[in-house]
Parts: sequence; structure tokens; C-alpha cells
Amino acid sequence: MSDYMKISSNPHVRSKATVSGIMAAVVVALMPAAGYGIYHFGPRALEIILISIVSAVGTEFLFGLIRKKQTVGDLSAVVTGLLLALNLPVSVPWWLPVIGGVFAILVVKELFGGLGQNFMNPALAARCFLLISFPALMTDFSYDGITGPTPLAALKAGETVNVLDMVLGRTAGTIGETSLIAIAVGACFLILLGIIDLRIPGSYILTFLLFAAIFGGHGFDPAYLSAQLAGGGLMLGAFFMATDYVTRPITVGGQYLFGIFLGLMTGIFRFFGPGAEGVSYAIILGNLLVPLMEKITWPAAFGKGRKKP
Amino acid sequence: MNRAGERLYNGLVKENPTFVLMLGMCPTLAVTTSAMNGLGMGLTTLAVLAMSNLFISALRKIIPDRVRIPAFIVIIASFVTVVQLLLEAYLNDLNKALGVYIPLIVVNCIILGRAESFAYSNPPIASLFDGIGMGLGFTVALTCIGALRELLGAGEIFGYHVMPESYTPIGIFVLAPGAFFVLAGLTALQNYAKEAGARKGKDVSKIGSGCSEDCMNCSVSGCGKRKIGDEEAAGRTSDPGKQSVPEKPEKAADREGSR
Repeated sequence: MSDYMKISSNPHVRSKATVSGIMAAVVVALMPAAGYGIYHFGPRALEIILISIVSAVGTEFLFGLIRKKQTVGDLSAVVTGLLLALNLPVSVPWWLPVIGGVFAILVVKELFGGLGQNFMNPALAARCFLLISFPALMTDFSYDGITGPTPLAALKAGETVNVLDMVLGRTAGTIGETSLIAIAVGACFLILLGIIDLRIPGSYILTFLLFAAIFGGHGFDPAYLSAQLAGGGLMLGAFFMATDYVTRPITVGGQYLFGIFLGLMTGIFRFFGPGAEGVSYAIILGNLLVPLMEKITWPAAFGKGRKKP
Repeated sequence: MNRAGERLYNGLVKENPTFVLMLGMCPTLAVTTSAMNGLGMGLTTLAVLAMSNLFISALRKIIPDRVRIPAFIVIIASFVTVVQLLLEAYLNDLNKALGVYIPLIVVNCIILGRAESFAYSNPPIASLFDGIGMGLGFTVALTCIGALRELLGAGEIFGYHVMPESYTPIGIFVLAPGAFFVLAGLTALQNYAKEAGARKGKDVSKIGSGCSEDCMNCSVSGCGKRKIGDEEAAGRTSDPGKQSVPEKPEKAADREGSR
């Protein structure tokens, strides 16, 4: 029988990419940010990162025992734990990442059916959970005994900030968000591997820039705009969390829409909200709207005619 | 089986309004920030529910079918007003804590639901105990939710510190999202316990008030004309669904089977 006569059900085109491979790449891409965090904040940062990863992976393992279906091997819990740790200040007590890891994996991911079924980014949902539950601990950005405001809080208070310090990461903040360079290295790695593309981060950042220029109160002042860009979790969120495969739209139009929505929400939270930062809330709000964004951007099937406007 | 006891057990366990019927979610989520508030809200609702059930049942032959809902609301609203005035007079702190949710008992769907599905077609004493059973179920559920939220969110139960000093309260549990977490967790636990009981052969099916109680998927209209109490007297079998809708026996059987 010739090869042309083989009959098989779809999918006919397969990719070599595996979940664990992609997750491993994301972990590698997060290493510069994590490494810089450890260098910048000291060994305590390493402890927080390890505790967070262990609690996330441990929860996944224990839940796997209950479900009798082990999914620890896909490394997604490692990514969740690592991302959560990078979103925590270094001064938090040891049990905070434990609660966060358990919440992220158990409530946000596994109770909704495991990887692929979670409607929100687990790490960000856990961060918001912790932020609402322990506002004092989660906004205590002291390190080396120095308590200083984050650059964003200083900006909001009307002070000037050193943009070069922010790009290099010599500022207060969460473990993973301070160094723009470290995040950019990781993001470039992911883009070169083709794991993420620039649709969401690009539209997110551009929208936010535009919003900041119009409503930020400083016009198109480059120093102010670059400080807004480099400050807080914007870059970490745009490249590593908004692009999460599970919680982003799958249509191309939907992805642009998602990015624009995130930019608008981040701008609203930052300039009109009570806090200095709003990236995590913007992204989980966007996550909730993903099904709607997919619905309105769903392409018409081939041969079904043009979609009615 | 003892009719009154059966109604109480039904309201507390089999058809717990919060964990099984999922009725009255608004006060359940909004006022259960502490065990005391939950208990207060539950008992207030119990009083209104029992009295309105009793009176609606007593007046069921007089109330015309077409205007029964307004008639129910008038009766319920009267009792809510009485209860609110009593609360203001004797338990003003609780009244302030519960705030607008006391007047909102008027539109609590447990009360209207029991009036429509039970009291309107059953004799007064059974209706009274149905109201008390449902009210107790609501009270127990609200107190449990309130106690858990207070414990996790403030480290206290009924205002007494029970957690060790080193415990840092998880603030989200006294906020709105915490109510959803606790409600979902307790409902899951309750379902798990019932499933475990069912595996051991314990009867956990709802007694119901004569229909499948699944109003969303029900094709039978004119529920107000049901006379379950009379059926009972005529000798009710173990399957109430088939009896209340004799005109469509196979459909009712399907529904029973699919549950």
C-alpha cells in the first residue's frame, strides 16, 4: 500500500514542542531576573524563591496523589512558584510564599482542572490574594535594613527617580522586578526560541505608554515615561505573565485586544488608583475577559463567507 | 416517619438552603463576616420564615392563585418589619451590623421559595416546621461560614481570640472574596460527606416538596395547584416526583433518573 493511502485522524501536523520543554525554557528565561534578585537582595531572596517553588510543586504533587494523576513532570508548578517568588518583596516571612504557592496551585489551578483549565494566571492570582490578605507585609520593600519607597511610589509622590538605577535594578521592589536588563535578557531568549511573540507585550507596553503620556500628567517627557516603563512589574508582567499560554487569547486579534486592555487597565490603576502599582490586577482582570475577547475576534471558518460586522 | 421531625431534618441536612438548594446567596455572602453576624442573620431569617410559612399556609385557601406572590410579599414584609423593630429595640448592635440585609429579608428567595413550593400547598403545622427546619439549616450554614471566616480572617470566633498570638490573620477572608472561598469549600465538604454516606447505602436523596425541585428544567406549569399534603394522606410512595406530575410520568421518571 502506498503512503498516500494511509488514513489517520487529526491532528496531522505535530510539533516537537512539549509542555515540559516550554516550561523549562521559561524557567531558564527567568533565571537572569531571579539571579539578579538574589545578588541584589541577598541570600534571603534565594530562600524565598526555593520555599515558593517547593510549596507550589509540593501542592501539585499532593493533589496528584489525590487525583491519582501525577502532573509534576510538566514543570508548570515550578514556573508558577518561581513567578510567585519573583513577585514578592524580599522581606516577607517564610510562610507567606507557602500560603501563596498552595493557593496558586490548589485553588487557582487544580480545583479548576489542572494545567490548561485555570482561568487566571496562578502566580498572579496568588500574588493578589496575598496582597489583599497581608497588605502590610506585601508592600514592605525594605532590604539591607533600608526602607525606601519603590521607584513607582516615589514617582506617584511626585519625586524624581534615577532611571539608570531602575534599568540596572538598583532599587527597591519585589525580588524579580527591579532589573530591566535581567528581564529583557530572559524575554529575548523566549522570543528567539519562538515561545512568546511581541503581540501581547508590544501592544500592552505601547498602549500603556500612550496612556501614560496622555494621563500621566507629564506629557511626553521621556524621563518620566521611561521611569514608568522600567518601574514596577510592568516588564515582568508583560513578557512573562500576560503571555502565559493558558490565560491569553488564542486568536491573533484577541491577543492585540488583550494587550491593549492590559495597557489601559494598568494605566488606570497606576494613575487613578490608590496604589502605585496595578500590573497584577490588570492582568488577572484581563484573564477573566479572555473568553469574550476570543469570541469577538474569532475568525470565520474557511468557506463560510465573511463574518458579519 | 414523624412529619415535623422529617421537615426539620430535611431543612437542616437533605435540603439545606445554603449548601444544597443554593438559595439566599446574597445575605450568605454579605453578612457572614463573623460568626455572630451569621447567627444573627440566620435566626432573624428563621423567625420570619417560620411565621410567614405558618400564615401563608393558613391563608392558602383564601389567597387567589393569580395574586399569590404579592400576597406572600405582604405577609413576609409584615413579619420583617416586626422583626426589624424588635431588633432595633433589643439588639441594636446586631441590627447595625446587619444593616440593609434585614429589610432585604423580604426578597430572600428562601422565604419566597418555601412559601411557593411548600407552604402554599401544605397544612399549617407542616409548613411551620418546614420553615423552622429551613431556617435552622440557614442558621447553621451561616454560622459555620461566619465562624470559619472570622477564624481565618481575624483569628477569633464569636469575638474570642482562639488562634495563637503568632497567627497573622488572612485578611481576605473577611472581605467578599473570602466568602466565596469558604462557601465553596463548605459546599464541597458537604457534598463529599453525602457521597460517602450514599456509598454506604445511607439515603440522602431530597425529600422534596412533591416535585423534582429543579424549577429551571421543569416543564410542569401551575405548581401552585399542587396538593402534596393531600397526596400524603392518600398514601405517598417513595417516589414523590412521579406522583406530583401524573400527566407526564415518563418525563418525571427521566428527571428522577438523571439526578
